[in-house]
Amino acid sequence: MITHSADPARATLSRLNDDTLQIVLDGPWKVSSALPSAEEVLRQIRSTPGLRRVSFDSKGLTEWDSGLLAFLARIVKDCTATALTVEKEGLPEGVRRLLDLASAVPERSGARRGEVRPSFLVRVGDVVTTFWRGSHDNFAFIGEVAVATARLFTGRARFQARDLFLIIQEAGAQALPIVSLISLLVGVILAYVGAIQLRIFGAQIYVASLVGIGMVRALAAIMTGIIMAGRTGASFAARLGTMQVNEEIDALQTLGISPVEFLVLPRMVALSLMMPLLCLYADLMGILGGMLVGVLILDLNYLEYYAKTIESLRLNDLWVGLFSGAVFGVLVALAGCLRGMRCGRSASAVGEATTSAVVTSIVGIIVATAIITVACDILGI
Amino acid sequence: MVTESVDVTSTDTHIVVENLTIAYGDFLIQRDLSFTVKRGDIFVIMGGSGCGKSTVLRALTGLKCPDSGRVFYNGVSFWDADPAEQKRLMRRFGVLYQSGALWSSLTLAENVALPLQEYTALPPARIDELVSLKLSLVGLSDFEGYYPSEISGGMRKRAGLARAMALDPEILFFDEPSAGLDPVSARLLDDLILELRDSLGATVVIVTHELASIYAIGNNSVFLDSETKTMIASGTPRRLLAESTDPKVINFLTRGEPEKRHFQETPDQAAAQDTLTTGDSA
Repeated sequence: MITHSADPARATLSRLNDDTLQIVLDGPWKVSSALPSAEEVLRQIRSTPGLRRVSFDSKGLTEWDSGLLAFLARIVKDCTATALTVEKEGLPEGVRRLLDLASAVPERSGARRGEVRPSFLVRVGDVVTTFWRGSHDNFAFIGEVAVATARLFTGRARFQARDLFLIIQEAGAQALPIVSLISLLVGVILAYVGAIQLRIFGAQIYVASLVGIGMVRALAAIMTGIIMAGRTGASFAARLGTMQVNEEIDALQTLGISPVEFLVLPRMVALSLMMPLLCLYADLMGILGGMLVGVLILDLNYLEYYAKTIESLRLNDLWVGLFSGAVFGVLVALAGCLRGMRCGRSASAVGEATTSAVVTSIVGIIVATAIITVACDILGI
Repeated sequence: MVTESVDVTSTDTHIVVENLTIAYGDFLIQRDLSFTVKRGDIFVIMGGSGCGKSTVLRALTGLKCPDSGRVFYNGVSFWDADPAEQKRLMRRFGVLYQSGALWSSLTLAENVALPLQEYTALPPARIDELVSLKLSLVGLSDFEGYYPSEISGGMRKRAGLARAMALDPEILFFDEPSAGLDPVSARLLDDLILELRDSLGATVVIVTHELASIYAIGNNSVFLDSETKTMIASGTPRRLLAESTDPKVINFLTRGEPEKRHFQETPDQAAAQDTLTTGDSA
C-alpha cells in the first residue's frame, strides 16, 4: 500500500460506547503540515454529554513529530482538568512516553512568571522607590570616592602606579587623533557659520574672535568631554563591569583592598589630569580649523587672523575652558566607574552599564556647562 | 533548626554560624542556618543548583551582610566587629572563586604577589620567592609571566588557589572548585585541597554539588534546601548517605537513585565519628 504524503492529517471522533469517545488519528502529523485544531476537538468533546473516558486510535498514523505531541498535550491537559479519564494505550509507544515526560516535570511553584499587571499606583510607587534607592546608592558611591580622594591627598590611598600610567596613556595620548579631527572640524564649522553672517557687514575678520572665544571658553571642553564619555567612560564601565562579573572585585574586597581606591581612584586621577591637557590641545586645533576657513575662503591673512584671535581672547576664557575640562573629566570618570561598579552579574548588564555610563556622562557635561556658564556670568568672569 | 548552645570560644571550634538568615531585599535566600566548623575540618556546604550556597559563602567571607544571625571566627563575631577588626579577620581568609577571579590586568605572578604587597612589608626579592613557591605548589611555575586570559580554565583555578594561599590563610573557602573541570583535573584539585589542608593546617569550607568531591574530601557537611530555604541535614556526607531519612537528601546524595544507596561503604569511612542530625524539613 502506498501512503500518500499529500493526505492531510485528520482527527475524527467516534463514540465507542455511552461513556467513551475515541479520537482516530490519520495521516502524517508533522509540524510543517496543516494539522487539525485541538480547540475544535475539545469543543466537540465538551459538547458530548455523559462522557467519562477519551481513548485514541493511531493505526492510520503514518508520521508524527512535536506537532502531534502539542495537539495531544493540549487535549490531555484539558481532559484531565475536566475530570475525564484519558486512555493513552492507543497511541504509539514513543508518543506515550514523551507525553508522560511532559506532564511529569514538576514545575517549581512560583517559577512561572505571574501575568498580573500591577496597577498604575503600584508602578508609580515602584519607580519612585527605585529612583530613591538609586540616588541613595549614587550618593554613597560619590561619598566613597570623596573619602578615597582625601586618602589620596594624605598619601594613604593604595593603587598601582602602573595602572595610573596605563590609564593616562589610554585616556590621554591615545585620544589625540580623534580629538584632533573633531575639534578641527568644529572650528571649521563655527567659522563657516559665522562667515556667512559676518561677510554681509564686511566684518569677516571677526570670525577669528568667534572661533577663538567659542572654542576656548566652551566648545573645546564640551566636545572633548563628549568624546571622552564615548571613548573612555564607556571603556571604564565595561572594564569594571566585566571585573564585577568575573568576581575580580569580590576578590579585592575579601583581601581588604578597597575597590574604590584600587580601581576608581586611578581612573579619576588620570582623567582629571588629562582632560585639561586635551582641552588645551582641542583649543589649538579648533583655532587652526577656523584659520583654515579664514585664509582659504575669506581671504584673510594668517598674521591678521592670529593677531585678531590674540586680541579678542582673555586669559579668563582659557581658565574657564580648562576648569570645565577638569570638571568634565571627573564627571566622565565618576559616571563610568559608578555604572561599572554597580553592574549586575551578566553580559547584558555590562552592556547596560556601558550605555548608562555614556548617557549619564553626557547629561552631566551639559548640566555642568549650564551651571558654569551661569556662575561665570554672575561672577563676571 | 534547634541548636544546642555552642562554646564559640573553644579552641577546637573554628567557625560557628548561628541562626544566619540571608536575603536580597524581600527575596529570602536561606534562613536559620546554624553549624559549627572544627579546626582542620573540610566542611562541605552542599545543595542543589540555585539553593543559595554561593550567597551563604559570600556571607561567610564578609561580602554580604546577613539579615540576621551571627558568624564567629575564633570566637569573634564577624558582623558585629568594627571594620578594622573585620579586615584583620579577612586577612586570615583565602578564597577561591568559581571562575578563579584572577585580576585580568595582572600576570599570574603579580596576582599572587598583590596580597603579599598589601599586607606584608617584605622586600620585593622575598615576595618573588614566595610567589614562585606558591605557583609551584599548584604546578604553575612556568607560567608566572602569563596573563589570566592566556591560560586554560583549570590553570586559572589553580592560579586562583595559589593567590588564595598567598598569605598562608587559616581558612580556605572554595566556591564550586571542580565546576568546569574535567574529572581528572577535578580529582587532582581535590587531592591538592587535602594536601594543603594537611600541610598548612588550614580549615577548609567548600561550596559544591560535586558528589565525587563531597565523598572524597568532605568530613562534615550541611545540606541546604531550595524549597524550605534552610538546612535540612548536617553530618558526615557518608553518614548522611547511610542514615539520612530525608528523601531530598538521599535523592541528592544518590544522584536521584535512592536504591543505589548502600554502595561501597568502607569501614574506616563508616567509623567517622561526626554526629548526624537530620531533620525538620517537614
